Amino acid sequence: MFSEVSLKKIEELKKRYPRPQPVVLAALWMWQEEHGWISREGMVEVARLLGIPEHHVYGVVSFYTMFNSTPVGRHKIEVCTNVSCMLRNSDRIVRHIQDSLKVGVGGTTPDGRFTLVEAECLGSCGTAPMMQVGDEYYENLDEAKVDAILSSLK
Amino acid sequence: MTMEPLILPPVPGLRGIDVYEAHGGYGMLRKAIAMKPEEVTDEVKKSGLRGRGGACFPTGLKWTFMPKQTDKQKYLCVNGDESEPGTFKDRQIFELNPHLLIEGAVIAAYAMGVGTIYLYIRGEYNKWIAMVQKAVDEAYARGYCGESILGSAFSTSFTVHRGAGAYICGEESSLMNSIEGERGYPRVKPPFPAQFGLWGCPTTINNVETIANVPVILRLGWEAYSKIGHPKHPGPILVGVSGHVNNPGVFELPTGVLLTDIIHKYAGGVPGNKKIKAVIPGGSSTMILRGEALEGVTMDAEGLKAAGSSVGTAGLIVMDEDTDLIRVLTRIAGFYHHESCGQCTPCREGTGWMHKILKRFERCEATTADLDLLLEVANNIEGNTICALGDAAAWPVQSMIKRFREEFEKRVKPTLVIASGTPVIASGAPVIASGGGAYGATTTKQSGLPVVIASGAAGATKQSG
Ligand SMILES: Cc1cc2nc3c(=O)[nH]c(=O)nc-3n(C[C@H](O)[C@H](O)[C@H](O)COP(=O)(O)O)c2cc1C
Ligand code: SF4
Repeated sequence: MFSEVSLKKIEELKKRYPRPQPVVLAALWMWQEEHGWISREGMVEVARLLGIPEHHVYGVVSFYTMFNSTPVGRHKIEVCTNVSCMLRNSDRIVRHIQDSLKVGVGGTTPDGRFTLVEAECLGSCGTAPMMQVGDEYYENLDEAKVDAILSSLK
Repeated sequence: MTMEPLILPPVPGLRGIDVYEAHGGYGMLRKAIAMKPEEVTDEVKKSGLRGRGGACFPTGLKWTFMPKQTDKQKYLCVNGDESEPGTFKDRQIFELNPHLLIEGAVIAAYAMGVGTIYLYIRGEYNKWIAMVQKAVDEAYARGYCGESILGSAFSTSFTVHRGAGAYICGEESSLMNSIEGERGYPRVKPPFPAQFGLWGCPTTINNVETIANVPVILRLGWEAYSKIGHPKHPGPILVGVSGHVNNPGVFELPTGVLLTDIIHKYAGGVPGNKKIKAVIPGGSSTMILRGEALEGVTMDAEGLKAAGSSVGTAGLIVMDEDTDLIRVLTRIAGFYHHESCGQCTPCREGTGWMHKILKRFERCEATTADLDLLLEVANNIEGNTICALGDAAAWPVQSMIKRFREEFEKRVKPTLVIASGTPVIASGAPVIASGGGAYGATTTKQSGLPVVIASGAAGATKQSG
């Protein structure tokens, strides 16, 4: 189920476009923010609200990498490993997180607290290496900084 | 070559509308609305502004492609997908001067008779989306967007549209599909967006930085603007410097600035005073340049074309003498493979093959035949795809082979060569097929070493199997 606030927002957004379908990304974002990931139920609900086929919503979810179609940890850690970060040792950051959390890339800690993934360029090349957790960008990382960030994320 | 910053002036609090207005903000919208729409377009045309999204297309000319007489709705999409590796400039505009962007977009909309603006921002930038949304709300509240702007007959809406993680959505036709709520597949062109864009209606797509230049042009006048930087590609340009420099970041500079000045004067030089092995001048899609070949090269469309590359997004990536370029290229190839939308066979398959071959080089398990194969795959992608992602994947590979052949040759596994014609079976010491440029055809296994049968003394011919 969507929250009342989201339902209202979706209705508002529909007025911004000549038809309802363009709201699909925004609606999926709201579902993911409320539930952590996008379940079958979420896709059915979005399809119903926008009057579009369910398979279409599924196609959209699978196309965009930021939508989680399976449950993830409370904090999804995305370490950029593209060129600018790589040149500034992002591989060391990835290894350090793997070692500290005892989790591989793509994995989630058993307590469900963290999921670790490698990301493509996040537009933070001048402050590399960096990682994104939720909406937050953590930049100019080193091992000590990573430790402090990880322990602050409950 | 100094210039006061025009896009990112160091004014504290400029993100808020009060400070922005106190510094003359929205005055250019006022000025534009008092002009005829064609006069505004003309001003932009004469200024010489070229798109900052990668292709350097003349902006004023693009605007004239929009039909004047039409009963259809017209659209402007502002492209803030900013996903080209090495690019982080539009984010500075969102954070430091979002009202300049909004003002520019509304002026552009006025010039083209557009009633609806969509600003597409990559999903990862949610923090910056919030900053821009706040600025949009402020602009609406003061009557700079919405109905009867500044009391005139002109109205346009402004909507921020959040993406969800796909590099390809920065490609303009994919971006339109993404706004329509489709998967972000690029469209076959023609028809071009100005004829058949969003929902089949006339649409113009411009980069965030391009649009932010519009109020600046009106403020300075086209003539003064056209005198900033390089005459054929004028104006301020946001250069993002990353990689092996002491002071990475975004620098607003006049076009035509020397790459060596960007690196040494602005970005603080290379740590440990190491030599520069290579630079990628304008984001990962642009052709790599050798460090020794940077003298005199300038950051503008003409200068970089002459040097055998392009400006792209002006995202300059610097690599020092200790950089493993094969690793860099493998990472880039992996990126394009990951981001290919899969519609065209050469791109879908070719990007995967290139990545796989490069991984063999990375592990020092490649043969000389692999180098031919790699180049052949890249050549077969270039120009054979629906959108320019295919070319963007091929160029780094082609340019790396052309300019840093020795890096590949160093990684080739010692290979036994049997020259055809005069079949000589080398016993004992294997003949290494690199260096001389004899690229073999078949590879078989014998006594643990791959054997390459080279046909004649041919150089880098395409005969890989
Ligand atoms: C694969 C691919 C990705 C692109 N990504 C972006 C992008 O993130 N931002 C952008 O402004 N242009 C991007 N472009 C270029 C756009 O297609 C388009 O040319 C540009 O937005 C036009 O704006 P301009 O004329 O103001 O430069 C991309 C092109 C390709 C082929
Ligand atoms: S070139 Fe690649 S990304 Fe572009 S449409 Fe074809 S498959 Fe998709």
